[in-house]
Amino acid sequence: MSTAPVSTTTVETAIGSAKTMVLNMGPQHPSTHGVLRILLELDGETVVKAVPDLGYLHTGIEKSCEDKTYSQAITLTDRMDYLNPLGNNLVYCLAVEKLLGLEVPKRAQYIRVLMVELQRISSHLVWLGTHAIDLGAMSVFLYCFREREEILKIFEFVAGQRMMTSYIRIGGLALEPPTGWVQRVEKFLAMMPSRIDEYENLLTGNRIWMGRTKGIGVISAEDAVALSMTGPTLRAAGLLYDNRKMFPYSSYEEFDFEVPTRTDSDCFGRYMLRVAEMRESLKIIKQALGKITPEGPIRSEAPGIVPPGREKMKTEMEALIYHFKIFTEGFAPPPGEAFVTVESPRGELGCFVASDGSPKPLRVHFRSPSYINLQALPKLIEGQILSDVIACIGTIDIVLGDVDR
Amino acid sequence: MTEKGSQSSNPAVEVLRAWSANAIEEVIEFRGETTLVVPRKVLVAVAERCKNDEKLQFNLLTDATCVDRFPLEPRFELQYHLVSIPKKNKLRLRVRVSGDDPVVDSLVPVWPGANWLEREIFDLMGIRFAGHPDLRRILLPEDWEGHPLRRDFPVEGYRDIPAIATRYTRSRP
Repeated sequence: MSTAPVSTTTVETAIGSAKTMVLNMGPQHPSTHGVLRILLELDGETVVKAVPDLGYLHTGIEKSCEDKTYSQAITLTDRMDYLNPLGNNLVYCLAVEKLLGLEVPKRAQYIRVLMVELQRISSHLVWLGTHAIDLGAMSVFLYCFREREEILKIFEFVAGQRMMTSYIRIGGLALEPPTGWVQRVEKFLAMMPSRIDEYENLLTGNRIWMGRTKGIGVISAEDAVALSMTGPTLRAAGLLYDNRKMFPYSSYEEFDFEVPTRTDSDCFGRYMLRVAEMRESLKIIKQALGKITPEGPIRSEAPGIVPPGREKMKTEMEALIYHFKIFTEGFAPPPGEAFVTVESPRGELGCFVASDGSPKPLRVHFRSPSYINLQALPKLIEGQILSDVIACIGTIDIVLGDVDR
Repeated sequence: MTEKGSQSSNPAVEVLRAWSANAIEEVIEFRGETTLVVPRKVLVAVAERCKNDEKLQFNLLTDATCVDRFPLEPRFELQYHLVSIPKKNKLRLRVRVSGDDPVVDSLVPVWPGANWLEREIFDLMGIRFAGHPDLRRILLPEDWEGHPLRRDFPVEGYRDIPAIATRYTRSRP
């Protein structure tokens, strides 16, 4: 969040030499998707140099985690990437579980997969809606939010919360999903494919949309991987890198799905790729519904780490003691480090947890995909015109809560 | 729980040992993750080898972070997480740095993506990266004092209200 070294320079243009101008875009700009400031050095309408300036939303979540017990820190992870709270819960819990060497019951793993894939669709819907509204397609926004609302209603039904669910816990899940939740997910599954067709009807063949996105923000696969980009942006450049396939977690290896890739690597390609990803997520959700048994454990049996069930806690002495200890002093994993990566809607989301053998983590670090993908923004927009800057910011799909943490 | 010097299944250990005898200080295997502790002086050379060796091809630097083990010395541990997309392999490089002289060579020449990762570590942990093209604070204001992710920095900070608010209240009667 420091002042960036941008100064006006004299550039040679077709009609002689001209002075450049520095334009301050943001932090309060509707198309920067939050408090992102970009210093743009312009020659006429062409961007000569771009310097992103961030940190306006820095809340020190990594530092706060060091002052909380392992279970308490889950609620903080919801608030980083607020379009993907379940994914953040998942990566943190997987990291702590890896540190503990804890196995999670299959049923809980499938419910996790189902919830995270619903979250992926809802995140892509927000992305599509806001990206389209930035580029002038107002109605798509309304349709996308209509369907996102349905997903949030499922979250509220299952987890009790629409957004900051904290539903995934260390060793399993917070609650048993209520009766009738499967029907609600099935209803959503039946509705959604035709709704995705609707968005495509509005955008895919639209001449204005193609004019604003085709050939804009092109980056080669070599540049993208050198700049550590991951997620749809990397896959649209033609490189298949998806953690769900390459390093499966939470039983993703048992699901049959495709990871779409493209070679055009422009804003339009990334749009098509994300739409295809929504359809793949629907396939995964359908398979997960088939795998989830109506009855079964949702938490692993690990006294002292995973809280006992309500009934057990009220009737058994040991369970009561464990319950008390978990919520007062927490539990202490063995000293060591664990780094887990999952595929968030935005790219590779990683969590690094270091333990020194005490009930509070020594260090928690999140590898946030938005932060690292944003690094490539100057590469995408330098040499483009000002209006394409908006398309390029949208196409990376940043969430400022995730960037600044 | 940490098994030191044990046999590792990661091909990187063999390749790097064959390349140079003093490239690896220690091999740590924990929960299926391989960590190579690398001397500070050879970090860039090891990183280049990891990226360019035919058998390794660690083309993606996915994450870099730092752990502060204050009051132990050497207190800082830099962690670089590498991924090889063609070989489906993961590796962690670790460099130990003392608190008196927290300087490490920058990995930006090897992976340009290290740029913001190193800026973040510099900002929050106060490690300096020699040869970094643009080592400025990234998340905190430039007039911020100290490096908050250090263990000796209190969670609640040193100041209860930001300096800018104090300035504002002082100017009013």
